[in-house]
Amino acid sequence: MSARTILIGAVLVVAVAACGGTEASRQVVVSAASSLVDVFGAIERSFEEAHPDVDVVLNVGASSTLREQILAGAPVDVYASADLANMAAVADAGLVEGRSVVFARNRLQIAVPAGNPARVEGLADLDRAELLLGVCDPAVPCGVLAEQVFAAAGLEPSVDTWEPNVRALLTKLRDGELDAGVVYVTDVVAASGEVEGIDIPVAVTTSYPIAVLTGASEPDLARAFVEWVLSDEGRAVLDRFGFEVP
Amino acid sequence: MAAAAAVGVSLLVAPLIGLLTRVPWAELGTLLTSEVAVDALRISSIASAAAALIAVVVGVPVAWVLARVDFPGRSLLRGLVLLPLVLPPVVGGAALLFTFGRRGLLGEPLHRLTGIVLPFSTGGVILAVTFVSMPFLIVTVEGALRSLDPRYEGAAASLGAGRWTVLRRVTLPMIGPSLASGLILTWARALGEFGATIAFAGNLPGRTQTLPLAIFVQLESDRDAAVALSVVMVAISLAVLVVLRDRWWRAP
Repeated sequence: MSARTILIGAVLVVAVAACGGTEASRQVVVSAASSLVDVFGAIERSFEEAHPDVDVVLNVGASSTLREQILAGAPVDVYASADLANMAAVADAGLVEGRSVVFARNRLQIAVPAGNPARVEGLADLDRAELLLGVCDPAVPCGVLAEQVFAAAGLEPSVDTWEPNVRALLTKLRDGELDAGVVYVTDVVAASGEVEGIDIPVAVTTSYPIAVLTGASEPDLARAFVEWVLSDEGRAVLDRFGFEVP
Repeated sequence: MAAAAAVGVSLLVAPLIGLLTRVPWAELGTLLTSEVAVDALRISSIASAAAALIAVVVGVPVAWVLARVDFPGRSLLRGLVLLPLVLPPVVGGAALLFTFGRRGLLGEPLHRLTGIVLPFSTGGVILAVTFVSMPFLIVTVEGALRSLDPRYEGAAASLGAGRWTVLRRVTLPMIGPSLASGLILTWARALGEFGATIAFAGNLPGRTQTLPLAIFVQLESDRDAAVALSVVMVAISLAVLVVLRDRWWRAP
């Protein structure tokens, strides 16, 4: 391949990328916790239907990863965290416009691959040594929550992998590579048919706050998106995906 | 031209300086002797050494076949075994999971017959880092074998040396420097592997958490610990460059 071919190729790539941006003239960047990937995908679609000139860009990752990105100056308009602590860290840095609002709650469930091959029936089974057990890393909200559940139940299970975010954990449960994992109720809903959920009789929930960031390049759009999430329509979508709506 | 070069140099060097400005020098000793750090160092040492060893035992023969045996489909085979060089490691991790996972193509019969489960084990880490790093050894050794004049080996054989003697006394000494640098590259790549490892082997301190995994997790919970481990990786990388300087820094 000659240098000219490469150059032409590069120009084409840039041109195509530039064209993609002309359809929707305005972008709003939403950083959302991993556990929100499906529900915010649905909210994104309904918001874009109502605002045809707007392109919602979802940046999904562990709440702590997103927090670090925002603190490092990432160009984000809206932040939705899976816990209050990460939002507080962003607010303490003076990056939240006004106050964050809790828009949903979630709790944990034990998830097992379809058919429950290891016959897990409850929390006590997680203590079984031969069980391949996955939990979120304590650096991310679902890992913090799982530790609270274990502490409340007086369990010290032998964990086989601490996954960096809840969706990475869910994937390994879907594939049947793990016997059991502790994920959000909403993840079990999202993977229905591929994993089964088992209730945890410990009342530990997490709250999802959302906020417009002071560095937003499209503050009006960012506010409109947050209002959409808090609207009856947004609440209905959250409810459909298994979230508890306050 | 000089301005563009300056931009290029700062692009490559500035992040290193940025990292070094965050190093908690005073607590470096404490941070590097913490349980998480020691575990990660141990797992990384085991996995990268095992990958280098496996690469020699099975990678050198692959290089020999590619360099010396003429058969249809040789280019295709070379492409296939060198693919991990350019494949995104996380894709490699997913592929390993579908192949060697408990419900994978080969992993399922392996588990059924022996009870062995590779994911979430140190063996799984070794498999993942070997998959990603062995092509470095193959490509280096194959190049050396190709540029080695086979008449040396022919002369030795005509003087009565057996195949094993030819390999030991002629071939290996002549490709020795390339074998060594291929090994070092393989080992360094294995040491830095992240994507395939976390996708295939998971993340458990003391069993599957390597240095890069520990850095990734700690970056969000204990920044100083992550930076301290990063300094170890930078130091090892610099050492690799120094060892390989004759190969890469031979100025004209």
